[in-house]
Parts: sequence; C-alpha cells; structure tokens
Amino acid sequence: MAESICRSLRDGSIEGEHSPALTIKDSLQSHAGTHAFNYFLCSLAANVCAGKSQARGLVLVAFSQSPSFYLSLLKRKRMDASLLTKCLRILDCYSDPLGWKEKIRQSSGPDKPVFTESDYVCRDVKDITKLLSSILELGKGFSEGRAYFAVAIDSVSSMLKHASLPSIAGFISNLRSHAQVSSMLWLLHADLHEPRSTAVLEYMSSIVASVEPMVEITDGQKGSDNLFWLGRGLQKGRFHVRFKRRNGRVKLFNEEFHIEHTGITFSTPSSENIVVSQTLLPKQLQFNLQLSEKERADRSRVLLPFEHQGNGEPIQIYDGRRSLTESNTGLNGLQQHALSIEMEAQRMQSKGEIHYIRDSDDEQPDSDEDPDDDLDI
Amino acid sequence: MNHSPNLLDEALGLTGRGFGCGALSQGRVVLVEDCVETSGAFVLHHLVKRALSTDSGGNVIFIALSHSFSHYDRILRKLGCNLSMHREHNRFHFVDMLKVEFPNEIQKNAVEHGLVDLYSKILKAVEVSSSGDYSRAHISIVIDDLSILEIVAHGSVDHVLDFLHYCITLTSEQDCSLVILNHEDIYPEMEAPRLLSHLIYLADFVIKAEPLVTGIAADVHGQLTVLKKGTFNDSQYTDKASNFHFQVKENGVELFFPGTRC
Repeated sequence: MAESICRSLRDGSIEGEHSPALTIKDSLQSHAGTHAFNYFLCSLAANVCAGKSQARGLVLVAFSQSPSFYLSLLKRKRMDASLLTKCLRILDCYSDPLGWKEKIRQSSGPDKPVFTESDYVCRDVKDITKLLSSILELGKGFSEGRAYFAVAIDSVSSMLKHASLPSIAGFISNLRSHAQVSSMLWLLHADLHEPRSTAVLEYMSSIVASVEPMVEITDGQKGSDNLFWLGRGLQKGRFHVRFKRRNGRVKLFNEEFHIEHTGITFSTPSSENIVVSQTLLPKQLQFNLQLSEKERADRSRVLLPFEHQGNGEPIQIYDGRRSLTESNTGLNGLQQHALSIEMEAQRMQSKGEIHYIRDSDDEQPDSDEDPDDDLDI
Repeated sequence: MNHSPNLLDEALGLTGRGFGCGALSQGRVVLVEDCVETSGAFVLHHLVKRALSTDSGGNVIFIALSHSFSHYDRILRKLGCNLSMHREHNRFHFVDMLKVEFPNEIQKNAVEHGLVDLYSKILKAVEVSSSGDYSRAHISIVIDDLSILEIVAHGSVDHVLDFLHYCITLTSEQDCSLVILNHEDIYPEMEAPRLLSHLIYLADFVIKAEPLVTGIAADVHGQLTVLKKGTFNDSQYTDKASNFHFQVKENGVELFFPGTRC
C-alpha cells in the first residue's frame, strides 16, 4: 500500500543495514510515473519538514524538471517555505548538465548571456564520482553534521543516458550503504532502457512500485497503432508494489491509482473496475437465448431417460477411483475417464440395461457438452 | 488570409483571444512525426505562420537543416506570410545549418562543440528577440528536421538528446516553445523504439502524419493524429487524442474530421 511505502521511507534505515530504496517504474503505456514520484516526494518532504522522519533533510537530484518546478509543487502542497529552505536541497542537474552554458559564457565576449540558475548546479553529470560527492556534501550541510538525510532522484533514466550502468549501480550502492543516508527513492522509465538496466535497479531497491495501465496492451506493433494506446484513459491504473521486508519476506500489493487535479490518489482495487467482457452478441437479437423462470422450472422437471429411472437406485457419480465391474482389457486409463453411455450399453450382456454414471457432479443433466472434450490423445 | 482557427489549432490549444494567445503557451514541446508517404512539413509551415501572424505577435527561431530560406519563403508567401519582412524585423531568425558539417575525428568532442555552437546561436537569437520590439512575445523554436541533425552529429543519438534537453531548458526558463519534426520510419527495428520513446516522453504534444489506411486518394492526402499528453479534460485526466484528415493545398491546409467532407 502507498501508505506503507511512505512509512518505510519515513522510518529510514537501521544501523548497519542498507537504507530502504524505492524504485518507481513506469512506461509509455501508463506514463503516470512522474505523478507517483511527486506524491512520494511530497510525502517524504512533509515528514522531513515536520521532523517526523529519521532524516533531517532531503536532497533532491533534479534531472528532468527544473528546481523551480519542485519548489512550486511543494508550495502547492502547503509546505512552509522557510522550513523548505532548511530541510530541502536541490541539486540542479537540469539547467546545465553538461556545462554547455558555462562554455558559452566563457567563450562569449563582453555581452555575456545571463542565465538564471539555482544555488547548487551540477555542470558535469557524466562524472558520477563528483555527483556522488556533491550529494554527500549537500547532505552533510543539514542541521548537525551527523544527521541522516534522504535522497530522491528524478530520474535515473536521465542518469543512464549519460553514464554507464555499472557506474550508476555503484553510485546507488554507495549511497544506500552510506551511514547517513536514511532512505532513497528514484523514478525509472522502463521502456527507455534494456531490460537488464531495469532489472539491476530493481535488484538494488527494497521496494519496487510499477505504474501500469488497467488493461495491458500487449501488441508490439509499431505504426499507426503506436500512439493510440497513449490516447487511452490515464485516469486510472494499477499500482503494483513489491516490498522486500527486513526479515526477508517479500510482499506483493496491488492497488489502483486515480489522477485528479490535486494529484494522484491510491485506493484498494474494486471489483467494478474489472473490465466487463463484452458478449459477442449483437445488440438486437431476434430470439431469446436466456431461459425464463418458468422454463427453468419446466426443464428441471423433465425426466431424463437414463438417470432418473425411478428404480430407487441412487444417482452414481463416477469418481475415477473404482474400476468398473466388467473387464477393462480394452480400456486404458484415459478412456476410463470419459465413459459414455454408449460404451456402457455395449458391455451389457442381457436385456440392454443402461447404467448411466455421470462423470462429475457439475455436469449439468441434459447438457450439450461433449464429455470427450478433455481428452488428451 | 485565413485567421480563423482550424482543427489543428483547436487541438493544440492555439485558439483564444488577445495578444500572445495564438502561439503555443510557454513550456510546450511539440513533436511532429511523419513518414515517407505523408510529409509533415505542412504542420511546421502552419505553426510558423500562426506564430508570426499579427494577432499572436510571436517570434520564431527556425533551425533549418533540410531546405534553404528561399524554399520556406516561397511556401509561406503562398500561405500569406512574408518571411523576408519578418526576418528584417528580427521576428524570424533563420539559422542556416545546410552547409554545416561537424568535423569527424579532428577534435575529440567535435560533435559536442558543434552542438554547443548551435545552442549558442539559438541563445543569441532568443536574446535578440527578448530585447527587441516584440520583447514580451512568445518565441517558438522550430527544428526541421531532427533526423538530419542526427546525421550531422554523426549518428550520435545521445548528443542529439542532450541538445534537445538544453532546448527544453529554454522552454522553462524563457517564454519559449519547441517544435521538432522527425521521421519515424527511418530507424532500424531495434534502434527506433529508444529514440522515439525518448522523444515521446519529452513532448507535450505529439502530432503524427500518416497515410490513410485505405491507400492513396486524390483529394485527401493523409490523416493527422494530435495527442495531448496528460491533460485534465472535464476533471478526467487522460491523453487527449484527435484524429482528422487533411488535404494540403497551395494556400494552406484543409483539415476535416473523417467522413465530414462531401
């Protein structure tokens, strides 16, 4: 459940253990991953600012949105601006990730272009070691030097564009095992990478939350169909969570999410959302396929020729264990299962009695089903 | 001169009153995908014309990789837009990339240097636009087209995506929007999903020009699908998709819902 994820991020790590890490995974079929990330980010930030969490500060590494976007997002959630400045540090990897603006500034003449930038800008995202040290430095800058801090990365897919998978895996592993990192969360777009990269990041996280569409669209066709699945309703979807607990148990949760103006909300899955399969019948039929109550009653009163002979014998249901009274030289195990009335009749020696043994209890009398349907020859 | 909004304008949200409403609002990234059978260039021409029209008063920075200035001048003139005049008034900045070639192996980071140069040209143009007469106007950056930029960058998709990222930072820091034309059928099977997926993640609008499923027709040139990602539509959060047919004419493009044309 989403609440338990928030609690897990809030409670942080135990001494000597890796900190809990949340991967939020989405894809183009259900690209509401940013909403889910914003939700957990806001929840963690609220806990940090209110002092309820183990972490005393939050370091946000922003790749895909500008820092001002996050600040306005958090302010919209009614977080106190002064508390935010104390508890939140944003490492800006969005404005100038490769240092191009710096190069232009250095090479341009007297009229230098003016860039509006935030406080902590990273100008070389390819250098993972330097990125790691910047994050740790920012983390140590919170109230006391030894305090815990949480790290949020938006998004790891952008990091994978600039650096190799092993270096990023090492980066995340270093962060998780750092004594002062309380918890981590990051966003990943599954279809921008090879499955290997996604798998590596999933292994390294204790909680994997996937944002999926309500109905999975499985055709891998490209072309004009490619975009139409993007046009389907995004409002609802499934939120699948895999939770690795400390005691080694893995719990799976399935929830639904709804996206509204205020953001994303999670709820327990309701049965009404199961897609009702449309019957294949056309809307107007000339005849009636259902039975009315009277017809149902009449049908149950019909005397079936073989079963209800009225001779006092109980209705026998073949349970597969007893062998038949006559020799079964000609029968093998498979055929025993699907004895039909005709075969029985043939083995009778005298007057042509018919002993009808019904195959199973849930076979309707007078059913049109072929009893040999489940034969596997 | 046709100033009434057509279906494409409505789908992109370009309808509205007042100064600056004819242009794409700030922070919008539009991806136009086309293919060999159906060229999507008319979408670019239409957006340029809307951006430069008198009621929107916007500026355009055009990064031209596939055609020369005279080509666009001729086409836009037929649409009723005088590019030469706008160019003189610094409303239309033409960045001619036709003859540009990034040296391959001379410098180690030649491709990156080339793209940084291009970016600095764009920045200068943005600055000129923001300080000129139309200083409060919206700036549209149009790239025609991205696949040629990839060729110029010697096939390096990563560098192209980095360049696009920097252009997108402009959309959030300044009043800019970005329009990219890309061909979706030129990539081999394995490579295609990656770059196209990246672009779809980055874009707010995806406009796809495709041929009709029924084949070639004399009066309908193709179908256009406009997808607006993640919007609130009557309190329902969804991707809004519109589909219509189009016919490209000399003086514009005619858009209509399938089957509504007699």
